[in-house]
Amino acid sequence: MALAFDEYGRPFFILKEQESKTRLRGLDAQKSNITAGRAVARILRSSLGPKGMDKMLQSPDGDITITNDGATILEQMDVDNQIAKLMVDLSRSQDYEIGDGTTGVVVMAGALLEQAGNLLDRGIHPIRIAEGYEVASRMAVENLEKIAHKFEFGEADVEPLIQTCMTTLSSKIVNRCKRSLAEIAVKAVLAVADLERKDVNLDLIKVEGKVGGKLEDTELIYGIVVDKDMSHPQMPKQIEDAKIAILTCPFEPPKPKTKHKVDIDTVEKFETLRKQEQQYFDDMVKKCKDVGATLVICQWGFDDEANHLLMHRNLPAVRWVGGVELELIAIATGGRIVPRFQELTPEKLGLAGLVREKAFGTTKDRMLYIEHCANSRAVTIFIRGGNKMMIEETKRSIHDALCVARNLVRNNSIVYGGGSAEIACSLAVEAGADRYPGVEQYAIRAFAEALDSIPMALAENSGLQPIETLSAVKHQQVKENNPCCGIDCSDIGTNDMREQNVFETLIGKQQQILLATQVVKMILKIDDVITPSEF
Amino acid sequence: MAVDRILKDEASEEKGDRARMATFVGALAIVDLIKTTLGPKGMDKILQSTGRGHNVTVTNDGATIMKSLHIDNPAAKVLIVVLNLKPDISKTQDDEVGDGTTSVVVLAGELLREAEKLVAMKIHPMTIISGYRMATECAHNALLKKVVDNKLDSDKFRSDLMNIAMTTLSSKILSQDKEHFANMAVDAVMRLKGSTNLEAIQIIKKPGGSLRDSFLDEGFILDKKIGVGQPKRIENAKILVSNTAMDTDKVKIYGARVRVDSMAKVAEIEGAEKEKMREKVKKIIGHGINCFVNRQLIYNFPEELFADAGVLAIEHADFDGIERLALVTGGEIASTFDNPESVKLGECKLIEEIMIGEDRLIHFSGVALGQACTIVLRGASEHVLDEAERSLHDALCVLSQTVNDSRVVHGGGWPEMVMAKDVDDLARKTPGKKSHAIEAFSRALQAIPTIIADNAGLDSAELISKLRAEHQKEDSTAGIDVITGAVSRLESLSCHVGDMAALGISESFKVKQAVLYSAIEAAEGLLRVDEIIRCAPRRREDRM
Repeated sequence: MALAFDEYGRPFFILKEQESKTRLRGLDAQKSNITAGRAVARILRSSLGPKGMDKMLQSPDGDITITNDGATILEQMDVDNQIAKLMVDLSRSQDYEIGDGTTGVVVMAGALLEQAGNLLDRGIHPIRIAEGYEVASRMAVENLEKIAHKFEFGEADVEPLIQTCMTTLSSKIVNRCKRSLAEIAVKAVLAVADLERKDVNLDLIKVEGKVGGKLEDTELIYGIVVDKDMSHPQMPKQIEDAKIAILTCPFEPPKPKTKHKVDIDTVEKFETLRKQEQQYFDDMVKKCKDVGATLVICQWGFDDEANHLLMHRNLPAVRWVGGVELELIAIATGGRIVPRFQELTPEKLGLAGLVREKAFGTTKDRMLYIEHCANSRAVTIFIRGGNKMMIEETKRSIHDALCVARNLVRNNSIVYGGGSAEIACSLAVEAGADRYPGVEQYAIRAFAEALDSIPMALAENSGLQPIETLSAVKHQQVKENNPCCGIDCSDIGTNDMREQNVFETLIGKQQQILLATQVVKMILKIDDVITPSEF
Repeated sequence: MAVDRILKDEASEEKGDRARMATFVGALAIVDLIKTTLGPKGMDKILQSTGRGHNVTVTNDGATIMKSLHIDNPAAKVLIVVLNLKPDISKTQDDEVGDGTTSVVVLAGELLREAEKLVAMKIHPMTIISGYRMATECAHNALLKKVVDNKLDSDKFRSDLMNIAMTTLSSKILSQDKEHFANMAVDAVMRLKGSTNLEAIQIIKKPGGSLRDSFLDEGFILDKKIGVGQPKRIENAKILVSNTAMDTDKVKIYGARVRVDSMAKVAEIEGAEKEKMREKVKKIIGHGINCFVNRQLIYNFPEELFADAGVLAIEHADFDGIERLALVTGGEIASTFDNPESVKLGECKLIEEIMIGEDRLIHFSGVALGQACTIVLRGASEHVLDEAERSLHDALCVLSQTVNDSRVVHGGGWPEMVMAKDVDDLARKTPGKKSHAIEAFSRALQAIPTIIADNAGLDSAELISKLRAEHQKEDSTAGIDVITGAVSRLESLSCHVGDMAALGISESFKVKQAVLYSAIEAAEGLLRVDEIIRCAPRRREDRM
């Protein structure tokens, strides 16, 4: 108990208000943590793989999300338990680092926890288990490198990349048109990729969605799409070879920051002020015109008069463009963002081959397309879909596909999917276990068992007999010495994942195993949980 | 070891079969609610709002009903989201599907109902989905084979459009005068010449008179009055459309204010202001116009000046009105008036004040742009007018889509039977569990004509079996003839299976296709769900 004695032998409390706190210690703490972690993993387990099921999530505001993306489910689940929050973080960090395999990593961690629970029952110290897991995860990662293949693609030959993206997309609700979406993702990544440095800046890919149309209408635009229209309904809807002035100052008379008052006490002053005001508008428009701009994009609004003057001088303009979009436009067109009219010079103008306004459907929705920009490295994926839910889910799926393509550009090693890599690792770890002296051997073996749980879940979700299928595939791997045998989820008729073209990136898989092991180790090391009972 | 709570208090979680049950029950509840409105003999619903005044709407428009429901069940919500019918989004959003909202919900519901049975037979939902997908493709192809395209023959095309409009309207409140309204709708859409921009068609509702008194006007009607003392009728009008302040025209320089020390000075400045306004008006009149339309208010003083110059001044036309007027008259929306030579003026043959019911409106006829037109709806009450507008909107949507994609299919349950027949054939050829799902798909398709017949008070079982027999023949055009069926009920039942080609009941292929795809999308989305997690509702801050 948290009761101690001071030097005079009087008792005192170490923990404040002890009665109102609940406290779990030792084995109980570990057990309870393991149960919580497994509960989270169990929720995600049925979403794994191409035949995984979706979850319907109702947010606190009553909005509905249907998804089978692990990170999204956990993010929106609004968990309360501390250990469960750790699992959510785990999935999130896989999302940040790799962007794919967010479900797999949680299922893996859940399986490791489950095995750890059994070992604890047999009286093995949690630290020894953690050590064993650490050794085993290293073995697994090494083995992954051994079975990894180099993945060849060039700028001309993007087919392999598309195949990989299709694997990712096939588990999503958008798999109806996975081919076209995969092509879009690959093209987008290649457009912004720096193949020399093997670097891809995903910030240059903007994913924009608009309700309406069909999923098939989703397109890749080499340029920027802004959800705005021309400030005056009668401005030209299409501008070729546009020179764009990007402004962050409003088309209004200046408002000095210092407080001041302009007093009007005579009729003359009234007149001059009026003239002055007209002069301002005229000057502003003239300055833009003088530097040769053919399109003005402004972060702020215009006065009605300024608007008409712009229209009158044949200078199309767009108003109320958000800061982020403004920056993207600046990057894409090679222009500079200009905060004052005085600083406007011809060099600061952005260039775009074609700017056009496009109307959608029967409604008044219009979007502005800025294409053929000077710097073609910014692209936009423009998603159409029947409803908002569909678009959100498509955005998430596209994000996953983009990440996969990016990882391949960065590091082109792959392992085969469908649980084949896990089975191969499981075999390797199992074999390695016997060579290891000490109690850790048991933990290493348990790790191998845990690895099996991923192909097992895949088989289960695909409606196959899990144990039967897994043992058959394992046997095949050993017999043929072929690490590419996996679970045939889509009923194609072969177990060889090379033929099915199902693969994942090596770093993604390695990261999955390492992250899962890390979190499990952390959970195992907790031996005391103190919770204030009420806030 | 007790499992700790993973989720927050008040959050709930439903898993596996329970979750599936919740989705099925929720979705089916919506379907059962809405299915009695399907078809030409569908019934109406009264919707009472919870807001102040408890407004009442009477409608049988599926979209409107679904929009007005307060739903807690997440699955039911999904159905509504799939149709894009969130209450806060304006009704133009259902343009894409336009007419077939009820059909989508009913078909999606029937697909789920069939799926429920299959799940009970221990068939994995994923297998059902892949079966449904195969069936959808097959059904789509079956329909594609039978479409009629009369784009090249303008007479036939028009009659197609008429048929579609009449079919759409026959289930609505306008069914009594459907020919009249169908004519109006077709005329309006034909004027658009292929564009789908329904904005050019303005609908004005005026209570009074009967529905039959509604008319299509080829000009543009602005719901405003002409100022006092200004001409009531202008021929060959030159119109300046503008957006400018016609009250005081404030100085916009920040911090400017008037500070004077005597009354005389105030008067002087007031005089200067007046002078300024007078000059502005002079400039405007200097454009050589005889009609001036402003978006903002026109104060008495400038109005008087306009009246003196014999210029018709219309104030406070809303933004839509201004843009539309600029569009139809070909003018430009002006805000400065210094260069009269370069401002484009709008033109029209005749401006006059007309009376509709008790209201006076301004009518611009002979406008430059022939696309625009106005439909004036008359009717006994606001409810009738609202419902009429919804019906007409549906018809206009369908027609404008059909103008672009002129493929047409027969109506009255014909397309469903055609699809069902081919899907049935596919089921027989497909080995494996999927064939159950494909068969189920065909049953779901046949549910639609069944409901249409049921709603009309006909013997659905008898009719459907007859219909199916008819459809075994090549190129059958048989469908359910509800309208004459209701009249000649005493005659032999076979007359209900009518020849759809002869009866001229048609539907747009595009709508049917959208119905098919939206329904399968909704059903698939719901079938894939195996867990529902509901977060704790956000607490409202008590502001008591």
